[in-house]
Amino acid sequence: MAGLTLKQVTKQFGEHKAVDGLSLTVEPGEFVALLGPSGCGKTTMLRMLAGFEQVSAGEIHLGDTLLASAQHHVLPEQRNMAMVFQSYALWPHMSVADNVGYPLKLRGMRGAEYQRRVEQALALVALEPYAQRTPQDLSGGQRQRVALARCLVTNPSVVLLDEPLANLDRHLRASMEHSFADFHRRTGATMVYVTHDQSEAMALADRIAVMQAGKLVQWATPETLYREPRTSWVASFIGQGSQLMISNGAPGRRLGGHELMQGLTSPASQRNQPVLVRPEHIQVHPEAPSQQDLTARVERQTFRGERYELHLRMRDGETLLTYHSHALKEGQQVALTLLEGWCLEPDQ
Amino acid sequence: MSPSLTQGSQHRWLLTLLTLTVVLLSLAPSLRLLVEALSDLTQGGNAPLWRVLQSASTWRALSHSLYTSGLGMLIALTLGSLFAFVITLTDIRGKAWLVFCFMLPMMIPPQVTALSWLQLFGPASPLLKSIGMAPPLGSPQPLYSAEGIALLLGIQSAPLVFLALRTSLLSLPRELVEAARISGARQNQVWRHIVLPVTRSGLVAGSAMAFISSLGNFGIPAMLGIPAGYYVLPTLIYQRMASFGTGVLAEMAALSLLIGVLALAGVALQQHWMGRSRFGLVGHSGRAHDFSLGRFRALVTVLLVSVLLVILVAPLVALVVSSLVPAMGVPLNADTATLNAYHEVIGRQGATWRAMRNSFWLAGGAAVVLMLCSLPLAYRLQRLPARLQNLTLSIIELPYALPGVVLAIACILLFVRPLPIINVALYGTLGLIFVAYLARFLVVCLKPVSASLAQLDPSLEEAAQLAGAGPWRRLTTIVMPLIAPALFAGGLLVFLLAVNELTVSALLWSAGNETLGVLIFNLDEGGESVLASAVSVLVVLMVASLMLSLSLLAPRLPKGVVPWQG
Repeated sequence: MAGLTLKQVTKQFGEHKAVDGLSLTVEPGEFVALLGPSGCGKTTMLRMLAGFEQVSAGEIHLGDTLLASAQHHVLPEQRNMAMVFQSYALWPHMSVADNVGYPLKLRGMRGAEYQRRVEQALALVALEPYAQRTPQDLSGGQRQRVALARCLVTNPSVVLLDEPLANLDRHLRASMEHSFADFHRRTGATMVYVTHDQSEAMALADRIAVMQAGKLVQWATPETLYREPRTSWVASFIGQGSQLMISNGAPGRRLGGHELMQGLTSPASQRNQPVLVRPEHIQVHPEAPSQQDLTARVERQTFRGERYELHLRMRDGETLLTYHSHALKEGQQVALTLLEGWCLEPDQ
Repeated sequence: MSPSLTQGSQHRWLLTLLTLTVVLLSLAPSLRLLVEALSDLTQGGNAPLWRVLQSASTWRALSHSLYTSGLGMLIALTLGSLFAFVITLTDIRGKAWLVFCFMLPMMIPPQVTALSWLQLFGPASPLLKSIGMAPPLGSPQPLYSAEGIALLLGIQSAPLVFLALRTSLLSLPRELVEAARISGARQNQVWRHIVLPVTRSGLVAGSAMAFISSLGNFGIPAMLGIPAGYYVLPTLIYQRMASFGTGVLAEMAALSLLIGVLALAGVALQQHWMGRSRFGLVGHSGRAHDFSLGRFRALVTVLLVSVLLVILVAPLVALVVSSLVPAMGVPLNADTATLNAYHEVIGRQGATWRAMRNSFWLAGGAAVVLMLCSLPLAYRLQRLPARLQNLTLSIIELPYALPGVVLAIACILLFVRPLPIINVALYGTLGLIFVAYLARFLVVCLKPVSASLAQLDPSLEEAAQLAGAGPWRRLTTIVMPLIAPALFAGGLLVFLLAVNELTVSALLWSAGNETLGVLIFNLDEGGESVLASAVSVLVVLMVASLMLSLSLLAPRLPKGVVPWQG
């Protein structure tokens, strides 16, 4: 097991920089997600880690070994990595057991040891009864698990996952998320997981690299990403919340309720600092508001089972999202208390 | 370069080397021909090209070629579009069988088609004799005419129109038709306003293919035209070469250039229209539309079956009858029926065995060699930039697109002198025919392999690469097993085409080196129609069984590999 170090990795396709100066360090055994909207360069980054794409500039290290630079390129077959592909990439001409055992065969393993390792890998994903089936006979979730078993059979130093849940239905996703987490706990492998689904990334990863237009925007734990997103764009990409403009504060500062509400009272021209207010940091008082209160009008509400989601509009037109325990009347005026806010860097 | 790159680059270099070799070998004959035909242009009026262009026989043959191919194209268009529209768009029954029977004439070698039709008509026809309808002795054989040639050319190339049109019809999304119906169009309006305009380019492309194929056809005009002194360009070249030998090579090169240019112009036209037929249609295609024939279904079925009876069954029956009579002109009945011809060709005629052996070796050898080349070649081609890939494919297609006579003349030019350095003479040996077959049929084997490779999910190979498999290993354990059906189908197609090939071998054979195609042609020319029929019956049986075995493979192949399967 080893960690990954990326130094200023860049991939250029003609004029277009798909990945632009990306640097980060993945600790051994860490579960990392590359998160971003489609076209942000996360898949290109993953394919560079695997060695399917050559880097245009920068370096990739695995532990102490240089894997890739502009002059040097270790071929994928020599990197001792494994990957779960979006299409699973199970070889249709081999049985499930042969699919799983193929990497072992390539390493010259035969006989009883080979059998034992294949059985062990299949047991880990609970697919022993399916060993002699062909991949075509399996369901989507089962194929996914075969791909996982094939990954772990050789104890690879890094496991790469390319949007592995994209083709599954919602119910299956939840259970597969569970098995990925389980898989990571049991094997302790370093894992890099590419996805555009923030909830998937938040649920699974130890740390998340958020990418936008080829660049790394933020590299942090899920908690930090949620609580302290760096830019306005990250804040809107991750979790729910409202962004307001205030006159005080500075990027990277947390404001208490009093400071925040004060910053909101200045005239619009002086307010140029974006601040993120999460829904759980807004208290709604449905009884008739007084003159001093910060007020808003209930524009729309959505029943979410355990609570109501309220869309509020303030006097100056800004919108707020919050939760409330019971239904209000649409168009009703309410008083608000803001508990805290997080100051963001404006987007370029 | 870092050490880890070496295995990958060795692999890449070997494949690139193979690709370059293949491209050069495909291009060499055409280039040699071009050089020969255009040489000595400085001699002015005496240069071979000018002499050929000034000769009246050239222009006569050219006009004969254009007339027979043009008329043949019209017949092909009529037959092909009738079958394509009815089989693809309506709810007629027994589609698979209708398609198979309609495609069979394309796969039956032209000389066999010509022979079987000759057995059907004329005063000596054993079939007409047997049913007592033979015209009086001395009346002419109606097929020994320009129109006779055109008719058979049309029947032989009708499947080409059928295929082009069927492809175009299958890519017509069902929704387009349904949208027209819901807008209030009646069935005949749907045909006029939607189906015909969308498939027009398929019709034009198919017609162009039929025209080119007829232009290059040698077997039919040779068997029907030469006895009547009616020469088209390919038979003119053959006749000159047969009479004057290699002395007239320069002039023959010039003549070949003429046909080559005509054929390539046709190909360009066809490609242009095929390109235009890609409308960028959206929706679920590939599902047949079923216009209901209603009460006309029986009538339409009878029509199609009777067409098939006339163009396929009747000539084949005539062929079988001819192979069973003791001599031409004798009616077939219980007393006269004999298997003597089969005994003769299989048992006594040394030439038959020799020709069969030669053809099987040539076709089998070409199929094996081409199968071996196709996989690495297709694999390398797929990794080329799109423009370069198309260019390479066009070059590889050149020896197949050119009429066989042209390729044969080019090969003679290329190998008439012993090869330099190794000092081996190919001219006058089976080796020459073998080399020509390799050049001609490479694209036939390559196309299915390329199609299959293009359908392969690249992550299948990437997964193997990450698992630690090097390039050769991936090629043998992942790619090859998945491509195997297409590779095998390609090999079978090559065998099917090569084993019956006549045009190339007609010019390249020498005593002791005859092929099956040449054998039938020679037997018929020598007046041994009964023996020729017996050999032909065996050939048709072989073709049909090879086609059936390809059909069995079809479910495991990409769409379009087996031409007669939808």
